[in-house]
Amino acid sequence: MFIAIAIVLGVASLISGYIAIHNKKLSVAIIASGLLSLFASVIFLLLAAPDVAMTEAAIGSGLTTLIFFYVLNKIRQRND
Amino acid sequence: MEYIIISTGFALILLGLWGILSQKNLIKIVLGFTVFDTGINIVIVSIGYVKGKAAPILDVINPSEAMNKIVDPVPQALVLTAIVIGLGVTALMLVYVLKLHREKNSLDINSFKDLKW
Amino acid sequence: MIKKILIIAILAVVGLIFFNLYKAYQGTEILNRTAAYYAKNGAGEVGAANLVTAVVVTYRGFDTLGEVTILFLAAAIISFILKFKKEDLLPARHVRVSSEILNTASQVLVPIIFMVGIYIFINGHLTPGGGFQGGAVIASGVLLMIMSNSNFSISHKLISVVESISGFAYVLIGLLGLIFAGGFLDNRVLGLGHLGDLFSAGIIPVIYTFIGLKVGAELSNILGTISHAQNEIN
Repeated sequence: MFIAIAIVLGVASLISGYIAIHNKKLSVAIIASGLLSLFASVIFLLLAAPDVAMTEAAIGSGLTTLIFFYVLNKIRQRND
Repeated sequence: MEYIIISTGFALILLGLWGILSQKNLIKIVLGFTVFDTGINIVIVSIGYVKGKAAPILDVINPSEAMNKIVDPVPQALVLTAIVIGLGVTALMLVYVLKLHREKNSLDINSFKDLKW
Repeated sequence: MIKKILIIAILAVVGLIFFNLYKAYQGTEILNRTAAYYAKNGAGEVGAANLVTAVVVTYRGFDTLGEVTILFLAAAIISFILKFKKEDLLPARHVRVSSEILNTASQVLVPIIFMVGIYIFINGHLTPGGGFQGGAVIASGVLLMIMSNSNFSISHKLISVVESISGFAYVLIGLLGLIFAGGFLDNRVLGLGHLGDLFSAGIIPVIYTFIGLKVGAELSNILGTISHAQNEIN
């Protein structure tokens, strides 16, 4: 059963990684990278590492996405 | 199961590398670095996995027989450090993007050719 | 055109290296020698129930000192690059106000978030958690305060005082280990206690408290500086 969960998570994280790099709109790409961090946090739980899962969820899919949005807002504010 | 996860990690590293080398927007390049970091952390934690064993926390497991029941705690300690440093480096790169945008008012990497011969 | 061929060539070479690594990888059934030593003697020598904490703070404590230094350097460089004078900032009434739901909800949620963060780093040696996770949770609580209240600005004096005292105290505790116990950052300065108690594992709770406060202050500083740049004219 763990193999099925691992396959689903692997495919989902590869799809969100591809969207994060290839999509034209920047806000969609930033949210896709936050989604990738969330899937990576569940993968860490499957690998019996609860410390690492907690750190990745708090830092990767919380603070990194927010810093990206602050910088994007500042750049758009300056452009018009 | 760990074979699937380690191949996912390697594929994420290749995706991130492709994003860094081929994208033109500065913020997309920083996003490529983020994907690259996540892939490397997945690979390192999955190297320390032992089949069928539990997390290295000794509340349910008896300390005297811990050697047969836990996974390797050293790669997890290294990845803990790596994730926090990845955040610091990403924040630093984004502040440089802000400063570059203030100078030339564009986010395209082809407009920053001042240092080329 | 030649750039695309070069990129594909680089990716193919790196992909070949990864494929060879994948073929040589085998899942293991038993721990290797280093991990077996940590598993057998970790609870006895260090006294912490969380073995990852024992490795991060005691067995590889010097690497944690290096990481705290790198975070400090990143926060200092960010504040140095993004500094601005007071007359470049918009007055407060030109900034957008946040909605009422956000204001009310943040008044309820922020104390709870701070308490969860403090709980995580105080119990770092018993349950999964520790200084870095607790610091990140505290920084997200500060971020909620920044986003919901447009007049709120972090006082830089308080953050720099907390950060400097925590970093200094961390090195001082390490030196205490040199004087009273086996070496630098040794945790047998206080007693080891009973496995599973709150006051066990020597000075690991004290070290993690200082690391949690320092990381929380640094990440809040980074977030406050970047969000303060929103109010800049131009």
